Parts: sequence; structure tokens; C-alpha cells
Amino acid sequence: MEGLSLDLVVLQLFTGLALGAIYVLLALGMSLLFGMLTVVNFAHGAFYMLGAYVGIMLLGVGFNFWLCLLFVPLVVGSVGLLCERFLIRRLYGRGIDYPLLLTFGLSYIMVECVRIVFGTTGLQFDTPDALVGATDIGIGYFPTYRLFVIAVTFVVLGLLWLFLERTPYGLIIRAGARDPQIVRILGIDVARVWLVVFGIGTGLAALAGLLAAPLQGASPEMGNSILAEAFVVTVVGGMGSLVGAVIAGLLVGVVVAMTSLLAPEMAQVSIFALMAVVLLIRPQGFFGRAGLMS
Amino acid sequence: MSHAMTAQISRRTLLAASSVLAMPAIVRAQDSTIKIGFPVPLTGPYGTEAKDQVACAQIAIAEFNEAGGLGGRKAELLVRDDKLDPGEAATRTLELIENDRVSFIAGSLSASVQLAINNVAKQRGILFNSISQSDQIVALPDWSKTTFHEAMTPYLTAGAVGRYAFKNFGKKVVFLRADYAYGNEMIDGFKAAGAPMGIEVLADLRHPLGTTDYSTLLPRIQSLKPDILVLANFGRDQQISIKQATDFGLKKTTKIVAPILLYTSRLAAGAQAFEGVIGGTSYYWGIEANTPSAKAFNDKYRKANENRVPSDYGALGYAGVRSILAGVTRAGSTDTAKVVAAMEGLKYDSYKGAQEIRSCDHQSVQSVFIIESKSKDMANQYDVFNVLATDAANAENLRSCKDEGHA
Repeated sequence: MEGLSLDLVVLQLFTGLALGAIYVLLALGMSLLFGMLTVVNFAHGAFYMLGAYVGIMLLGVGFNFWLCLLFVPLVVGSVGLLCERFLIRRLYGRGIDYPLLLTFGLSYIMVECVRIVFGTTGLQFDTPDALVGATDIGIGYFPTYRLFVIAVTFVVLGLLWLFLERTPYGLIIRAGARDPQIVRILGIDVARVWLVVFGIGTGLAALAGLLAAPLQGASPEMGNSILAEAFVVTVVGGMGSLVGAVIAGLLVGVVVAMTSLLAPEMAQVSIFALMAVVLLIRPQGFFGRAGLMS
Repeated sequence: MSHAMTAQISRRTLLAASSVLAMPAIVRAQDSTIKIGFPVPLTGPYGTEAKDQVACAQIAIAEFNEAGGLGGRKAELLVRDDKLDPGEAATRTLELIENDRVSFIAGSLSASVQLAINNVAKQRGILFNSISQSDQIVALPDWSKTTFHEAMTPYLTAGAVGRYAFKNFGKKVVFLRADYAYGNEMIDGFKAAGAPMGIEVLADLRHPLGTTDYSTLLPRIQSLKPDILVLANFGRDQQISIKQATDFGLKKTTKIVAPILLYTSRLAAGAQAFEGVIGGTSYYWGIEANTPSAKAFNDKYRKANENRVPSDYGALGYAGVRSILAGVTRAGSTDTAKVVAAMEGLKYDSYKGAQEIRSCDHQSVQSVFIIESKSKDMANQYDVFNVLATDAANAENLRSCKDEGHA
């Protein structure tokens, strides 16, 4: 293909990473919920959408974008806490399809509520002034805001890693995921651990939605298509594996970007082709534990 | 079979037949209003535009009734939600014809939905005036004697925008289209207009309808350094692709051109993203400064709608219903054949200057406005476009009736 310079390829790589960053945040939350609670959260896309709308709401009452980055995950995470406490908790131990169906219905209710409150048209979300425009990254111009999205994602990854690996709470969460029975015997309230995990997972989805809003605006249906893509990332990375979610998220982003450079028509399909290939070679995904679904 | 039997049947048939014959007379006596069915996508992504179409259509109905109707017979609009779905639209249209006994149909806001409505209407011999863009509807085999098209065609729109853009901004072009009827018909129009001007197509890219990320296509487009990027997509796709192209700094080197710049999209997406983008439109309220009919229409709309102004697609709701009623007045009848004959060659100035219904394909010959989105010096919140040029109404700019398959 003519005009396919090294600069363009590197630029496209960055595009892929920025795209992947959103996938990573979403898939991370999903993997967390599946790995620790065995909940396949079909409402994850709805929480993502809610993140964008809560952001618009907070901006409307005078918050700035930076405060939104902090408060949106807290607000939506709290909604997640309520859902876990009053709905999902009742279904633990009943098999994987119960919470799946519940969250599926929940997503419809959330989308419909947002339609009623904010309308069906979708709303604009201006890029914060400080991040408008493109930055010269040596090989060409790249949107400043997308660089910011990559940076935020890596900061969140760092914080999450510190939390899970270096704090006593993280230790309890990891232990709870490995063997809830023993943790309970040791006198720890596992229910509370799961509650917190659900809050973190949905908060991450909300953060992803907020970060995506300046790229594509907010609409009630914005979570629908990305949910499918996030599932692909989770499956490719291995259900329940956080490292897998990160690597698979970035990989999917880069694969889509590179495919659209060479054959734009194939970009959409490439995600699923990648999943098919990975599943043929490694049915449990990159880092998944075999037999977790059974 | 005996003679007696035949006589019996024929007597019964006669009774039944006479009662059936009597019924329309009763219906007509009670039902002297002129009913116009109006299927539009009230729910779904074009809900905002559809609601405005209804608001505008009601103005045409009110005008007709205030002027005394057809010898005292008043008009009535029967609004139905087609949900932007061809199947749903076909069902609603059939109900409007069979149950509600409408005399005419106007409406639709999608290429495929209007074809579905047209299909039902033409089978039942009911006049349909479509108010959304399509090339196919005025061409055979979709067209029929009862099919009218008030909206512009993609060929006309893209032609006008293309001729303006290629002349003023350059000949090196990248096309990015939403891969369905709208995008494809628009790009065909741009190519037809560009061929005699010697444009060079650097790339012709497609994206699926409802795409939310264009970032993977943009670095490549940027590296091709086109003079013009044509974005043949609609609604949210248009908002998002323009916004992301802006973020990538594409506007520094390239003019972004859209076949249609939607007033409602521009209001929704804000000034930041649409800054400097040019495109075409069938109507912009700002032409009222030098178009008396636009001023009159806007004023009526303002009075009925809290001082807001009509949108482009909304105004087509007014024009679509008004043309039918003008035909009714001219024919002095609601008889389909007579109204069709009265509308053929009809010259009118409803809201945007002189228009004429071309007899051979029932397409409304009309002007196209080339507009640019503005971000400063706005007189009020509705002042979002500058009209750069007006491509006057001229049948030469349409596809010829021969090309459309008409004899």
C-alpha cells in the first residue's frame, strides 16, 4: 500500500492504545466482578453509559471535568453498591445464569431511565479546554485528549495494583476470590468484601464512560455496542484475570487500529476474528484458569 | 345448480351489496374531513426531527383550515410513529389507509422507510408525498404515478455541495461514507458532480452505520493530505466523526464537507466541533432575511412554538403537507387522480422560494443552500449557520427522467 510510512504506523499504534485504554477500564471491572463474584455483569455497558450522564449532570451543577473524574466513579459506584446489596446478593450460589439474567434486565431499566430523564437524542460533551486540540508527539499530531485517556488508564491501573497487592484490603479481596469459605472461617465478612468489589467494578465502568464521552458524546445506547467488545476483551484475556484484561484490551485496540489502516472494512470483524483465533488455541484465554466457567 | 338457488344467492348478494354500497356514503357524510396520514419516526434516533416535522405539518393544516378548507371541508393530520423501521412503517401506513381511511399520506424520515411506505401506498393507489432524501423513490421501479417527493434527492444535494466545494477548496478528495443507502447515494452524487471538474479521489472509505470511533481511520486520512474530506453520514455518526476529525487536527489542512448539515445536529453537538464545516441544506430559517415566504412560515412557527425556529427536516413536514393541500385546492377535489394531475407541474413558493413539481417523476425542483457552521458573532442561540451560496432551483441539477427510467 502506497504512503504507508513508519510514522503513520506508529501513529496508528498510538490510536490503538487510546482505543484499547477504554476497553481496558471496562474489561478490568468485568473481570474483577467475574473473577471474585462469578457475576457476568451484563449491565456493565449501562454503568459505562451512566458514567457519561452523571458526568453531564455534575458538570451541570458546577463541577469541573477534573472533579468529575473523581466523583463520577464514586456516584456510579454507589449505585453499583445498591444494586449488589439489594439485588445481586440474593443470587449468589445459584449458578452463573441468575445474576446474568438479572443484570441483563437491569441494563434495560437503566437505559430506559436515562432515556426518560435525558431524552433519546444523546447529548454533547465538550472536551475540557485544557485538552482540546492536537499535540505533536514527534511523528505527527495526536489528539491531546486521547493521550490523556491513555495516561489516566495507566494511573488507574497503578492505583488498582497498589490497592490489591499492597494493602490489607487487597489481601482480603484476593483471598476472598481464592477461597471465600476459609476467609469466612477466619472471621471476615465476605459479603462486605463483595459489596466493595462490585462498587469498584462499576466505578471503573463509569470512569470509562466519562472518559469516552468527550470522544463521542453521550447517548443512552452508548454502552450496548461497547459491551460486546468488552466481553471479547475479557474472554481473550481470560475471564477473571486482571492482567489478561489489560493485555487483551490494549491488544484488541491495536489490532483494530492496524486492521483499519490496511483494510478498513475488516476492522469491525477483526475483533471477533482475534477472539476466534485465541479461543481455538487457548480456550481459557491468555491468563484464564481452565474450567472456571464449568 | 338450480335456478332457484341462483336467484336466492343473487338476492342475498344484492342485499349485501346494497348495504356495502350504502356504507361509504354514510362514512363520507360523517367524515367530511380530509385526512392526511403522517408516519414519522417519533421514537428513535431522529425523534427530535420527527417531532418538528409534526409541528410544522400542523401549521400547513391550520393554514388550509383557516382559509376555509375545501368548500368548508377541513383537513386533519393523523400522526403515527413508524419507529424508523420499514416493517413498522408499512403496517402503520396500511392501518392509516384501511382503518382510518386517509386520502393522502405524507411523511417518513429515512431512505428505506419511505420506500416501504411508498410500496404500500402505491399498491392501494393512495398519493404519498415523501419528505426525506432518496434517489430511488423518484426512479423506476419504486416510483409510481401516485408517488411524490418533496425533499431534495441525494443527487441534487451532493451535486450542489460538491460543485461549490471542489471549486472553492480543491480537487484532492477523501470520501468517508456510512455504508448504507444514504451514504452511497450521496457519494455517487459527489462523484457525478466532481467528474467533469477533474477531482482526484485519494481514498473512498466506508464505516458501518452507528460507528462511535473514527480514530483508526483518521491518521491515514491525514497522511493523504486531502483538500477536502467528505463525510457522507448522518445524525450521531456525523456529530461524532466531525468531532473526532477536529480532535485529530484535520481542519488545519483539510476542509470538512458534509452533504447535509443538520440544524438539530449542530444544536446538539455545539459550536466547537462543527466550526468551519460546510454542507448543504434544504432549508435554514436565516434565509428569511431575503425570502418573504420563509419569513411568513418562520413567524407562524414562532407563534405556535414559543418563539423557536423550524429545523430543516421539520420545514419539509410543512412543505410536504402544504403541497398536497395545494393540489387539493387546485383540483377542487380529494380524488387521487385529480389531485395527482393538479400537483404535476405545480409551481409554488411555500417557504424557501420558487419550487416546481417536475411532471415526469414528481420530484420537487428546488434550491439547495450551501451553509457553513459558525462559532462566533451569533445573534442568538438559533443563529448557527452562514448561508454561503444558493444553488437556484433548476431541473438541470436533477438526474434526468430518462436516467431514472421514466419513458
